Amino acid sequence: MHKSLKKIDEIRHCRKQDSLKETIIVGMNSCGIAAGAREVYNILEEEIKKGGLDIVLKKSGCLGACYAEPLVEVLAEGMPGIVYCNIDKSNASKIISRHFRSGEILQNNVYSFSEGLSPKKNRRKFIFIKDTDCSSSDKEDEYTELFLQEIIKTESSSMVHAAKTEVISLYNKGIAVKIWPDNIVYAGIKKTDIPRILKKTVEGTQIDSLIHKAGTEKYPQIVMRNCGRVNPEDIEDYIGRGGYTALEKVAGGMTGEEIIKELKVSGIRGRGGGGYPTWQKWQFARDAQGKTKYIICNADEGDPGAYMDRSVLEGDPHSILEGMILAGAATGATKGFVYIRAEYPLAIKRVYRAIEQAEKYGILGKKIFGTHLNFDVEVRLGAGAFVCGEETALIASIEGERGTPRPRPPYPSVKGLWNNPTVINNVETLANIPEIIARGGKWFSSFGTKNSKGTKVFALTGKVRNSGLVEVPMGITLKEIVFNLGGGLGSGKKIKAVQTGGPSGGVIPVKHLDTPVDYDSLHKLGSIMGSGGMIVMDEDDCMVDVSKFYLRFCVDESCGKCVPCRIGGFQLLDILSRITHGKGNDDDIEKIKRISHTLIKASLCGLGQTAPNPVISTLNYFKEEYIEHINKKKCRSGVCHELLDYSIDQNPCRKCDLCARTCPVGAISGNRDEGYKIDPVKCIKCGECFEVCKFGAVIKK
Amino acid sequence: MKNKKIKAKIAGIEVNVKEGTTILEAAKTVHIGIPTLCKHADLPPTAGCGICVVKIKGSPKMLRACCTPLENGMDIITQDPELVEVRRTILELILSNHPNDCLKCGRNNNCELQTLAGDFGIREDSFEKLLRNLPEDKSTKTIELIPQKCILCGRCTNVCQQIQDVWALSFLERGFYTRISATGDIELAESPCIKCGQCSAHCPTGAIFEYDETQKVWDALMDPDRFCVVQIAPAVRVGIGEEFGYPPGTNLTHKLYAMLKRIGFRGVFDTSFAADVTIMEEATEFKRKFEKDKKNLPLITSCCPAWVDFMEKYYPDMIEHFSSCKSPHQILGVLSKTYYAEKNGIDPSKIFMVSIMPCTSKKYEITRSSEMSSSGYPDIDVVLTTRELGRMIKQADIRFKHLPGEDPDNILGEYTGAGVIFGTTGGVMEAALRTAYKMITGEKLKDLEIKKVRGLKGIKEATLDIKGTKVKAAIAHGMGNVGTVLEKIREAKKAKKETPYHFIEVMACPGGCVGGGGQPYGVNNELRQKRAAGLYSDDRGHKVRCSHDNPYVKELYKKFLGKPLSEKAEKLLHNKYKKRPVYKR
Repeated sequence: MHKSLKKIDEIRHCRKQDSLKETIIVGMNSCGIAAGAREVYNILEEEIKKGGLDIVLKKSGCLGACYAEPLVEVLAEGMPGIVYCNIDKSNASKIISRHFRSGEILQNNVYSFSEGLSPKKNRRKFIFIKDTDCSSSDKEDEYTELFLQEIIKTESSSMVHAAKTEVISLYNKGIAVKIWPDNIVYAGIKKTDIPRILKKTVEGTQIDSLIHKAGTEKYPQIVMRNCGRVNPEDIEDYIGRGGYTALEKVAGGMTGEEIIKELKVSGIRGRGGGGYPTWQKWQFARDAQGKTKYIICNADEGDPGAYMDRSVLEGDPHSILEGMILAGAATGATKGFVYIRAEYPLAIKRVYRAIEQAEKYGILGKKIFGTHLNFDVEVRLGAGAFVCGEETALIASIEGERGTPRPRPPYPSVKGLWNNPTVINNVETLANIPEIIARGGKWFSSFGTKNSKGTKVFALTGKVRNSGLVEVPMGITLKEIVFNLGGGLGSGKKIKAVQTGGPSGGVIPVKHLDTPVDYDSLHKLGSIMGSGGMIVMDEDDCMVDVSKFYLRFCVDESCGKCVPCRIGGFQLLDILSRITHGKGNDDDIEKIKRISHTLIKASLCGLGQTAPNPVISTLNYFKEEYIEHINKKKCRSGVCHELLDYSIDQNPCRKCDLCARTCPVGAISGNRDEGYKIDPVKCIKCGECFEVCKFGAVIKK
Repeated sequence: MKNKKIKAKIAGIEVNVKEGTTILEAAKTVHIGIPTLCKHADLPPTAGCGICVVKIKGSPKMLRACCTPLENGMDIITQDPELVEVRRTILELILSNHPNDCLKCGRNNNCELQTLAGDFGIREDSFEKLLRNLPEDKSTKTIELIPQKCILCGRCTNVCQQIQDVWALSFLERGFYTRISATGDIELAESPCIKCGQCSAHCPTGAIFEYDETQKVWDALMDPDRFCVVQIAPAVRVGIGEEFGYPPGTNLTHKLYAMLKRIGFRGVFDTSFAADVTIMEEATEFKRKFEKDKKNLPLITSCCPAWVDFMEKYYPDMIEHFSSCKSPHQILGVLSKTYYAEKNGIDPSKIFMVSIMPCTSKKYEITRSSEMSSSGYPDIDVVLTTRELGRMIKQADIRFKHLPGEDPDNILGEYTGAGVIFGTTGGVMEAALRTAYKMITGEKLKDLEIKKVRGLKGIKEATLDIKGTKVKAAIAHGMGNVGTVLEKIREAKKAKKETPYHFIEVMACPGGCVGGGGQPYGVNNELRQKRAAGLYSDDRGHKVRCSHDNPYVKELYKKFLGKPLSEKAEKLLHNKYKKRPVYKR
């Protein structure tokens, strides 16, 4: 056995021992750090030191629940494993004093729970409560309170404890509770069930009629398998969790052809937006002639609101490196580049660190694991141009040229970086590869649908309650993502549409929410999977404004090389701006269609070809909103402020004079006796009166 | 693999082409037209405009014909209503970003965008006019940059960066705000620009245009106090005809003399005469170094001002190898104000010398140092490009067709075959070798046509046996090719090895002056070849084909200069070089 392989064995053995120790893990990706995780980490470190405690304190990446950061996972003897959310300097020390010392749970901060270190040695049982309904009013607080009261009433607090949890792996099943460590799940319980549940729990028996039998919605975590669990700055942590197992297979004799075959069996398609079968890209590069071949990791994530790739780079950089090395082994490439945008400083730091460590452990460099495999990785920073995520523009950028796309064919897999065969894969695609090779293509293909295998990470944002990253198997419906994982809408308003695929994607109206999320279904609806942005919109979102927002992004990010995108996009934006400013013309819709058609057909690269998608899809599903804007000069969502009419409702008005005094143009006249009114001609629709009115008397519509 | 053939259909017609041929090139072989705008025959496709979109039968996708290689079995549709609609929309989008001032534009009647707009029957502004107010750059006084008219086709940046290796022009900013500018957003005069004007010759619109000085010439012609004289460069005679419907390469020398006299010039001279003088000086320089100072070889030609500018900026270490000869038109200029003035009793201060050149850089050259006025008067007063002369002739409305040929004015008019081939790549070398051979051996070169130095290969090498010594010559044209040759010299010098070449000819423009930046539009290799062929046929038609046999040149030395490299010749016909910064800021 090669010495570096031997070392890996030792590390795994050693880490297995460590995993039995009491541990605290603080999520310290950019999101966590921004929410104050560093402070939390410092407090915990201090407390552990002060108490002379034998607790392992680690940092990790992000679990995805960005809305509830900072997240801290706690593994203590005899307790469930708990991921706490919203931990800050005010409650961080309680993790030590309450959780470890008293065996209590910080009950308002439970995000999720797991089996923990040694459930059999439990000191008491725990009941976790969650309202899994899609409705907007959650009842878990009320139920938790009822459970707690019942515990006090029955004086069973030494036996059992209750807490609400954010995650319970059930969806639309009413109030659900799960009992630890018995692993009993009750769903659809009523208030009257509480005493008997408590009683039976204490007794160690169960109520069969309430048991939820259908199984729970467990979402396989493939891409994010290590995120929030390994320390991204410690290669041994990655190895300890089975990292570089796939590479060991290659050292054990797995050939390039076999790797590609596994990918083919797995059915994985590119996660960067195009959805091209990954095995084919690799096969082309393998077959192509070229002295040097390259692997590029496309980490130039730039869709507004999307940060899946950043999270993986920050949380599990070694999975990317392993994916790249495997790509090298499969194609014969010996050099890799990670192209990261410079706006991702933490990701850059962690990738550098990972490369350095991998080199030290003989995982990168010459004769990896004693094989003939040579592979080096370098980091290249992008200046933040969205178009540099387009593969030919990315190549130009690495070559030191202006980041503009080049004509294809030739495709990069045949003639790419410096005219050599080059595989370009996105971060998420690469993160999947080690798992596919380690566990087999067949295993991977068991997730997802016929033509879309595996999982997809989405950055769920917008009006949804729980914004953050979610990894779901392909084929799950939009509804499930929005209402189960996203917790429904936080605004209390009705959902109007979901936008997928970022600026190249489209909006999907509420009537299509039952659509399974896969490449083909989204495409049929005029949207795309894209790299995984998902924005939830409610009645307050104006669809013309939404399409203008996305289009503006593409216009700003156009490289300017080709006419359809450079001028067509700008013209399109000009028309949409006019419409939202109440200056739309009768022929505008025809013009929009004509320019969009030209953009789609004649743009050189994907940016231009897909830039009109948000416009076309909103026009398709919400044409009436466009017509209202153009003909009636009205915005039903109240977003396009130049189309709003402000008036004063005399009923709630207390005649306080504040609006009249605030109005910058003197459009509000009247007096304290007779009340006030707004002169629509003078009004500049700035909205100041609406903002200052304390009685809701200023109406805008 | 290399000779793999592709069989496909374009517009229903079967084509058989080499693998790698683009759809556009393949369509040309069967005379199927596909409209283009950004594509230029000299340059790789930039795929900038999208006008050339085509479809494959059965697929809704559109492909760009300019950059998509034809594949086996493709059935290409080049025209259908949807394609026309998309092309028209693209065109209208370009026009929405382009000023409507065709009537006042230098490219009126000669603009590729205007032609397309005409073909597509554009009658209105379909889209909002979205113009940007961008400053013009006239700093070089040779070419003008008018970014507002730029359609960002990328031809100028491509030719400046890839063909000329100068990197003076680049795109700045992004998206809708992308614009053309001197690299680094400085003025062109402060940039590495060598004024070769290839950008202006390749520009499809009026965005890069020669600095027009025709009015200055009209003004001088109208001034009774001025004695206006003119000279035409070799390449002009085979280029000007294209402006008037003559086939490329038609030699109009004598009609041009007649034309210039009609326009009002009182002395009509030929730069080719001065080329013969240049050869006398340069061949003597070579002889001197070859016989006594071999370690100071190579000798590098200095006729091309864009090349001189490039050398002073990028290769100042080559100054010692440079011929100190001025370029032929400067020589003719200084002779007109000394020798000619003296012989004809004209006050040199009254002489107004106009050079008609295929070149924009000559506009820069006439003031590049005080030596350009070595007689006390500027050698040259105004330089006009071939294109500007074309416009003057149109204004005068004299028709070539019915104009009888006339002779130039002596004593600065008669030239030899060697003088006229100066206008093409390899020509200076060929002319110099004809005379150097005679000077060194005392014998006449047997075969005057040195074929190895001819043609459009970027770098040409030839060896000539002179008295048992092999003289190794190199010829480079297109500035991008020069580096390869000069790096070899640098390497040899560094390694203290024998120089790989003894004599080097450089011309900045691809093809030499026939492909000059001031020549008529639409240049490509076919045109360059035809223009060069016109010059070679002029050479063959001359009885006297060596500069040293030119009776007027002999008389010039006998009566005025003494001998080549005499003190007087050094003062009037030679100049020095200095290192110049690549960027002036």
